[in-house]
Amino acid sequence: MTYNLILRIVSKTVIPLISVFALYVQFHGDFGPGGGFQAGIILGSSIILYALIFGLDAAEKVIPSIILRLLASLRVLIYAGVGLVTLFLGGSYLEYSVLADTQIAGQHLGILLVELGVGIAVFALMLIIYFAFAGRGRP
Amino acid sequence: MIDIFLDITLLTFLAITTVAIVRITNLVAIIMLFGIFSFLSAAVFIVMDAIDVAFTEAAVGAGISTVLMLATIILTKDQKEKQSVGRRSWLPLAVVTVTGAALVYGTRDVPAFGDPQAPAQTHVAPYYIERSVPETGVPNIVTAVLASYRGFDTLGEVFVIFTAGIAVLLLIGDKRRKSTAAMREGDNYDV
Repeated sequence: MTYNLILRIVSKTVIPLISVFALYVQFHGDFGPGGGFQAGIILGSSIILYALIFGLDAAEKVIPSIILRLLASLRVLIYAGVGLVTLFLGGSYLEYSVLADTQIAGQHLGILLVELGVGIAVFALMLIIYFAFAGRGRP
Repeated sequence: MIDIFLDITLLTFLAITTVAIVRITNLVAIIMLFGIFSFLSAAVFIVMDAIDVAFTEAAVGAGISTVLMLATIILTKDQKEKQSVGRRSWLPLAVVTVTGAALVYGTRDVPAFGDPQAPAQTHVAPYYIERSVPETGVPNIVTAVLASYRGFDTLGEVFVIFTAGIAVLLLIGDKRRKSTAAMREGDNYDV
């Protein structure tokens, strides 16, 4: 992409805001609209915006694709693992109430972990797909 | 009152965008119009108080899928839609008209928006509305249903996205195995 000063300055200002907003959507999802899926997409789009403006190589330096693959697999494992943990704690699969002493606390912890799993998995997978598509254009 | 005005405006814009998508032949312009279509849909969802859906529509529909489609177009290097010349096909028009009429006829049986007597509101929805806060402590019912009551479904969805990511990686992903051409030349399939 050709060097474009306005795009660079604007995106440098906007990308941190988008990332913080993604975190807000992630961790405020219990109380307001949003949740893991939306947060992952928003965080992913901030990196994609960075890749569009500053080039694919710069974006892959920010997050190497091997880390993305690890993140995606790990987070799916964490989601499924929460289910296994609740099984071992004597509940049924994904029954969060057994995770902590009280039902409310257990549900809260379970929902938080699961949403985090969804968010990071979606973030990593969106970037994997984008990098795969955009990487094809390279000579 | 303001809702009706917003609805009419947004739906009119949606219709205009759709007609433009059908008429225009430049594929890049069509992708941009798809993005606009998604943004308008997100606005419609906001008017219907479905903020979570609007979020997703704006980020996925207008953001990421637009970028992915643009990346695909750049790869194909053929940015004009092929025109089928001269032939007017009446059969597709008839099929579309009949299907559309059937759908419009079907909406006569759909309950009004927000109708408390609608089947969707009388089945499990009252349970979630009454019990989700005491049972999970999460004020956002959507999150409670998504992550807790329907946690198993969400796990399935995560696996669907995961499978999609793996499929894309396998099909077009790995740059390190770039030597498919070399493989074909040498017939060396062990690489």
